[in-house]
Formats: sequence, structure tokens, C-alpha cells
Amino acid sequence: MSTRELTCIGCPLGCALTVTMEGDTVTAVTGNTCPRGDAYARKEVTNPTRIVTSTVRVKGGVFPMANVKTAADIPKDKIFACVEALKDITVNAPVKIGDVILPNVAGTGVDIVAARNVAAN
Amino acid sequence: MKNYDLVIVGGGPAGLAAAVSARDHGIDSILIIERDKELGGILNQCIHNGFGLHTFKEELTGPEYASRFIEQVEERGIEYKLNTMVMDIAASDASSANGTVTKTVTAMNREDGMFEIQAKSVILAMGCRERSRGALNIPGYRPAGIFSAGTAQRLVNMEGYMPGREVVILGSGDIGLIMARRMTLEGAKVKVVAELMPYSGGLKRNIVQCLDDFGIPLKLSHTVVDIEGKNRVEAVTIAEVGPDRKPIPGTEERYTCDTLLLSCGLIPENELSRSAGIDINPVTSGPVVNDSLETSVDGIFACGNVLHVHDLVDYVSQEATAAGKNAAAYITNGAAKDAKSVEIFPVDGVRYTVPKYIRPAEMDDTLTVRFRVDAVYKNCSIATYFDDTLISRRKRPVMAPGEMEQVILDKKKLGEFPDLSKITIRIEESV
Repeated sequence: MSTRELTCIGCPLGCALTVTMEGDTVTAVTGNTCPRGDAYARKEVTNPTRIVTSTVRVKGGVFPMANVKTAADIPKDKIFACVEALKDITVNAPVKIGDVILPNVAGTGVDIVAARNVAAN
Repeated sequence: MKNYDLVIVGGGPAGLAAAVSARDHGIDSILIIERDKELGGILNQCIHNGFGLHTFKEELTGPEYASRFIEQVEERGIEYKLNTMVMDIAASDASSANGTVTKTVTAMNREDGMFEIQAKSVILAMGCRERSRGALNIPGYRPAGIFSAGTAQRLVNMEGYMPGREVVILGSGDIGLIMARRMTLEGAKVKVVAELMPYSGGLKRNIVQCLDDFGIPLKLSHTVVDIEGKNRVEAVTIAEVGPDRKPIPGTEERYTCDTLLLSCGLIPENELSRSAGIDINPVTSGPVVNDSLETSVDGIFACGNVLHVHDLVDYVSQEATAAGKNAAAYITNGAAKDAKSVEIFPVDGVRYTVPKYIRPAEMDDTLTVRFRVDAVYKNCSIATYFDDTLISRRKRPVMAPGEMEQVILDKKKLGEFPDLSKITIRIEESV
């Protein structure tokens, strides 16, 4: 049996949650004030995910950078692999919101897409 | 001299939404003046997601949120001037047949030089700026490597420069938290975030996803007491502060670093408003406005962070939409008659309200009054009084200074109080 301490992000209350686990199975969540805290804690200890946002360089555009994001959330432990994969990417202008910049980033099955329009120079 | 019905100062989220709304309420002659080289304002450097949950029911990055409004401005063919700075706004004595007072807006750019525009109405949408080191009284040398968090954000996200490699952040507002994560993802080591107050001014979600995710410590009730380094920052010393917010001797900790980021609050940018003779609320540092978001000068309206610093851009867009509609009504119908005005008094934990005055006869059917509280309150209520009569009491499990609160006033209810002399909004212990 193990326990993990979390802060709920559901609302400004920020309940201090304690999750009790038996191996990979959650056996109890305490400290939450509402059902959202319970759901958040279970997801966070079994399958935590995040949207990752970053930038890539743009060649021949009116701006030198375009911001990008994962098209869906990816496993939290892939965040650094994701930004590492973006490190040396340069795209050519024009860039349109939604353009796929890098498919299947870090083997997550999720694409990196542009989140900014950059017109060609 | 050029003439427009409406000049909007600032092309960020507030200016864009105000322009769209004014156009949709029948105003064809609109000019947005923006000092940056593109529309969108500060959203362009806010590349993290989470914008627009209320407006678009999805989590957008800042530039995506901005682009939705820029598209609406373009679709409507609304005119805008980029790289152009407004220098002065002056209300003249001349008034038109329907009572609108002409304003002269003085602006300049590289192509046109200095020029004047006449407008029937002006919407202030200049946004806010960051509190600088000079305003914080931090002792120590003045080396390179000290940036406001927003400056660092622009450098990293828009210009492609890293401000430094080893970072200490003072202030736990959302920009500071967001930059702790951003610098970490770009390969920097963020050693600590120090916060003067015993609570963070940032969202819980940002503390978890920007600090906890990366093991960055947050030290509450701590401040910077020394900066070392003559040419470049070499180290920063932080110390714990007591209830009086003064450093406690013996608690100093020294962090070697090359960069100090400051995320210590935002100040509405109101030099233009002041020189136009507009009354400023000392609590918000923004104009005093009535229910139509009109300032103390007839036909000059304000919205967004120039009025008061918002927590969510969605509320900026809502407020700006109202300002655009109200400016359109002023242009079309002329100045409102001298209607009776009632002051809203913020007391017992409520720091201010926007608007500060309402005109029960002129206001919309419902009016959203926004405000912030002065400390963290748990299990308290927001109570509204018309004179001494309790009108509403709404329970809130938690309220914090970092988040805006609101009360909705109902015109019909106000009509039941023809002799109303004041409205009071206060925080009360729940019973």
C-alpha cells in the first residue's frame, strides 16, 4: 500500500488530496470536498496528461517564431521528449493555425499543430 | 483632420471585442489604433493554453484566442492603424446637435508623423503593464539579467531569445508561474519562486502544472533581500518575511543564478486617461466608470485591463463588448440625460467595484458588477445591500485576491427602491 499527496486544481479551494493505492489500483481518495477532486486524483495518479505548448522557428515569415501545441493532451512523462523533438524544427512561412508541424510527437500518436498564423515575408 | 465616429485606443483583446460590438450595433466609422506591429496585444506572447473556456468552450492558446477576434475585425472591414501611438486625448467644448462632445485624438507613427483625429466617442483599451524593479525597492546592484516576467515571455515566445540559464522568480502571479514552466521546458533551471504574501496570487492549476510538475519550490512569505553581480546577476538572496512583510534576520538563503524574473503585479496604463482629465480610482489605478463603462468624461469609455486587471480574458471580451455597445448608443443617441446615479460602496473585504456608479433608469436589465477581495476567505458570503436592506447573499466556499468575483444587479429590483441612496457589497461570515 502506498499514498500520494496532490493539490486539486478543480477550483481555487485547492484541496489537499491523499490518494491511497494498492499497486496500480486506487483504493481511497481523501481530503476532497467534491466529486471533481476524486476524479482528478484518480486520473492524476493513474494516467496524468497535459497539453504541451512551445514554439518553433519560422523561415521567411513576418515573425521569427510560431507557437505550437499538442493537438490533444499527452502523457505527462512525455513532456520533455515532446519539447526535445521540437528543438531543431524550423518551418517555412506561411504558417496557418492548425497546420501539422510534427506528426506523432515522441510516439504519443498526437500531432504538434501550429497555434498562430505567420504570413510569408 | 480625419473624422471617425469611434476611435479605440489599443488593439488587444479589449479593443478588438469593443470594435466588433460597436460595428454590430450600427457604427460604421471606427478606427483602432495599435502601437505594436500587429493586432492581438499581450495575447500574442501568451502561448500557453487555457484561454476562451467561457467564450468558445475550448482551451485555446493566446494567439488562437486573439486570431478569432482579429478575424471578426477583418470580416467587418474595421479600419486599424498599426505601429501608431496615441499621444493625447482631449475633449473639446464643441458639441454636436445630439449632445455628443467632440474629442481630439493626437497620435503619431513613422509614415504620418504627428496627426490629429476627431471622434465622437473614444474607447480606452490600453491594457496594463508590469510593476518594475524600480517600484519594488529591492536592494542590491543593478546588473543585467533582471527582467519582468512578461518581458522574458516576449523574448522567449516571440523573439526566440533565452534570457538566462539559472533563474530565480520573485512573485507567484500567473505570469511568473507560466514562465517558470516555460523557462524549464526551454532548458533553464528555475531554482525557486519566492512570494511575499502567505498565499499565491496565481491559479491552483498553474501552481500544480507549472511548479509541482517540475519540482520547482514555491516559498510563500519570502522576498528578495539582495542581488549580487555588477555586470550580470550572479546570485540572489531571499529571506522569510514576518506578518509585517519585513524580512526576518537569520532566514536568508542564497541562490546562485544569472537571471531574476519579477512577477509582482500589473498596473493599468492610464497616462492618457489622466491627461484627458478622467477620474482615476486609486484602488484599481483605472478610470472610475458608471454602468455603461463611461468614464468621468462624456463619451469616453474604458474596458479591459486599463479599467481593472482581469483574471480571465473571457471577462475582458464580455466587458469590451458592453463598452462597444454603449459607445454606439452614445454616438447614435447622444449623451444620456442627467440620470440619477447611485454609488456602490465596497466594504469588509471587497476592495473595489467596477462599475462604481450605476444609473437605475439608464442601465441594462441586468448588470454584472465585478470586484476583487483583499485576502483569502473560506466559507464566506457575498452580500449586497440597497441602503440597509439585504438584497442577496451568495455563499462562496473560497475567494482569493487572484480571482475576480461578481454580483449581478437587477434593474427591476432597483426599481423597487426609488429613493435608493447607496448600494453596499461586503464579505460576510456564512451563517
